[in-house]
Amino acid sequence: MKTNNYMLIDGMPVEINGEKNLLELIRKAGIKLPTFCYHSELSIYGACRMCMVENQWGGLDAACSTPPKAGMAIRTNTRRLRKYRKMILELLLANHCRDCTTCNNNGKCKLQDLAVTFNIERVRFPNTAAKPKIDDSSYCITRDQNKCILCGDCVRMCNEIQNIGAIDFAHRGSKMIISTAFDQPIASSPCVGCGQCAAVCPTGAIVVKNDKKKVWEALDDKNAKVTVQIAPAVRVAIGRELGHANGENAMGKIVAALRRMGFDEIYDTSTGADLTVLEESNELLKRLEAGAAMPLFTSCCPAWVNYCEKNYPELLPHVSTCRSPMQMFASVIKEQNKTSGRRPVHVAVMPCTAKKYEAVREEFKTDGVPNVDYVITTQELIQMIKESGIVFADLEPEAVDMPFGTMTGAGVIFGVTGGVTEAVLRRLTSDKSSTSLMSIAYQGVRGMEGIKETTVMLGERELQIAIVNGLKNACDLIERIKTGEHYDFVEVMACPGGCINGAGQPFSSLKEKEKRGKGLYSADKLSNIKRSEENPLMMSLYSGLLKGHVHELLHVRYKAGTKEEN
Amino acid sequence: MNKTFDYKVVDEIIDELGNRQSAVIAILQNIQEHYRYLPKEVFPYLSKKLGISQAKIYSVATFYENFSLRPKGKYVIKVCDGTACHVRKSIPILEKLRKELGLSEMKTTTDDLHFTVETVSCLGACGLAPVLTVNDKVYPAMTPDKATGLLNGLKEDK
Ligand code: SF4
Ligand code: SF4
Ligand code: FES
Repeated sequence: MKTNNYMLIDGMPVEINGEKNLLELIRKAGIKLPTFCYHSELSIYGACRMCMVENQWGGLDAACSTPPKAGMAIRTNTRRLRKYRKMILELLLANHCRDCTTCNNNGKCKLQDLAVTFNIERVRFPNTAAKPKIDDSSYCITRDQNKCILCGDCVRMCNEIQNIGAIDFAHRGSKMIISTAFDQPIASSPCVGCGQCAAVCPTGAIVVKNDKKKVWEALDDKNAKVTVQIAPAVRVAIGRELGHANGENAMGKIVAALRRMGFDEIYDTSTGADLTVLEESNELLKRLEAGAAMPLFTSCCPAWVNYCEKNYPELLPHVSTCRSPMQMFASVIKEQNKTSGRRPVHVAVMPCTAKKYEAVREEFKTDGVPNVDYVITTQELIQMIKESGIVFADLEPEAVDMPFGTMTGAGVIFGVTGGVTEAVLRRLTSDKSSTSLMSIAYQGVRGMEGIKETTVMLGERELQIAIVNGLKNACDLIERIKTGEHYDFVEVMACPGGCINGAGQPFSSLKEKEKRGKGLYSADKLSNIKRSEENPLMMSLYSGLLKGHVHELLHVRYKAGTKEEN
Repeated sequence: MNKTFDYKVVDEIIDELGNRQSAVIAILQNIQEHYRYLPKEVFPYLSKKLGISQAKIYSVATFYENFSLRPKGKYVIKVCDGTACHVRKSIPILEKLRKELGLSEMKTTTDDLHFTVETVSCLGACGLAPVLTVNDKVYPAMTPDKATGLLNGLKEDK
């Protein structure tokens, strides 16, 4: 064994292979080290001190912020470390609201978890911290400072990945809190509702808004006809908490569960995505023909739309007028049920927190009533399934309902970054062979990279395409466009990796994210129709319900200046 | 953006110190020097100019004791309460000043914006204890009576 590339972890030699910090190496060695403030995608903060290890000289190092060195020898589990970890936890708990049983994050909280792991039996110190009020102003997230441990994960997510900077540390010492500028309500800050802060928050200090109760009420109402649509990304993320593998396509079981819960009609948002593909392709062609200013930005992601409105209102004319798949489909479903004897209620199950805000936007109301009455996230659906006593693993998969029950593989892949582009390209290329499908897939549209670029021939014309996920990447690309780089089509998804990693999904690591993407691509493989224009439902919709109403039902013009009401 | 606020001063300060994120503390200091506090209006403006979020600037502004988000008085009186001044009885001086001006720990500035009274932890002039400063001019070996005299002088001056 060459010693110059090894170090000892708890007596075991471990090879150093480019790991940036001890923590990565320790985890590679199969040891679970507790952390609060470390996320591999974020910068290193080194504040929580849970990850401390003891080196051969008896000194303590924070594993997350110490680079591994050959010849180093560390211990991860000594009497002293156990004592310190316990003490840190006790001190954090001393300053923390301890109403676990009624916390929205109960069962998903890292603090709670570690308190169990390290067997914290009592907290010797009373909570003397002032009780800050709960910020309930956003449609997407709720902030409760009483549960904050100041790990700063949310701050770095909002700044580094999303480039929003809605929240930051304010004040100092024992008075330090996470705050918006001037402690204004989060709804009047630059927040776009992406929810990524809630996704990384280890406690219940930032949680996704909960709308389950309203859905239960609708289901209990005999006079309501409750329809529901399920977004593509939900099916590959729901399984893990319900006894299936992450990335496994559980759509059939979701349908079965929803039917048992009493939903009257169940649909797949992929069908709405097919509509989006047709409309957006059309719009792109029209723009190209008319020689209009390019690029055309996609409009499926409401957090991106919010971001654009707040930061680049001058770009709004470049944002597609297409409503998101959820909203297109909701218009169609509401239109269909207009004359139903019962009060139509439409629910959308989404991987997304920003959809909660999209649903209440004025643009998407008919006679003052939102087309989507309630949006619940994947996590809320999981809770509802558990509440219902349904044993998900034992369910027999079922099919969605008619008349809107056909969808294509093109619609399903909307849930992963690059999916919208791939679906639109399938529509635009004249070569409809299966080899063309393959070549589109390997054009550089797939993969989890933050910015992907590709060129595609459309007749004589070379289309410049960019696909971005994460708003920081979107911002970087926009700045490049402003300095003169040319693109024809830009797909933006606010969440890293696309909707599969939406903040409404169970939290996932990078690896799991990829599995979810794969799950969607194999769902596409399994579907017998792969191009939106070949969906037979589309033809009947365009010659029926949508006839003469395409613009009114499927398009929207976002106006800048809706700033304050997010 | 606020239309009535004149950003010329801020622009000049940015020009002088450079349009750099790393200059934010110096920029805030100069703005405070001019306005005697950090007006709310400068936050969105600086955020745009420097490319830092308002929350981050707020973070800096609330971290340092020296920055004030509320307008301060024309005369800012800082009573030193470092160890040396404290043992040489700085508190009675502070109390006297507060009493005369109707101020307290929570309310530090008079309504007419003439006086602000606050404490600092050690001015680094322990040999002169107890010390106070008025707009950075140092007054050594103070007593409550001397403080009253000083106040009266300043009041006439206004
Ligand atoms: S929801 Fe998104 S934009 Fe809003 S504070 Fe959280 S991370 Fe920032
Ligand atoms: S709100 Fe959550 S993520 Fe943010 S600092 Fe507090 S505990 Fe950490
Ligand atoms: S994870 Fe290392 S200090 Fe928080």
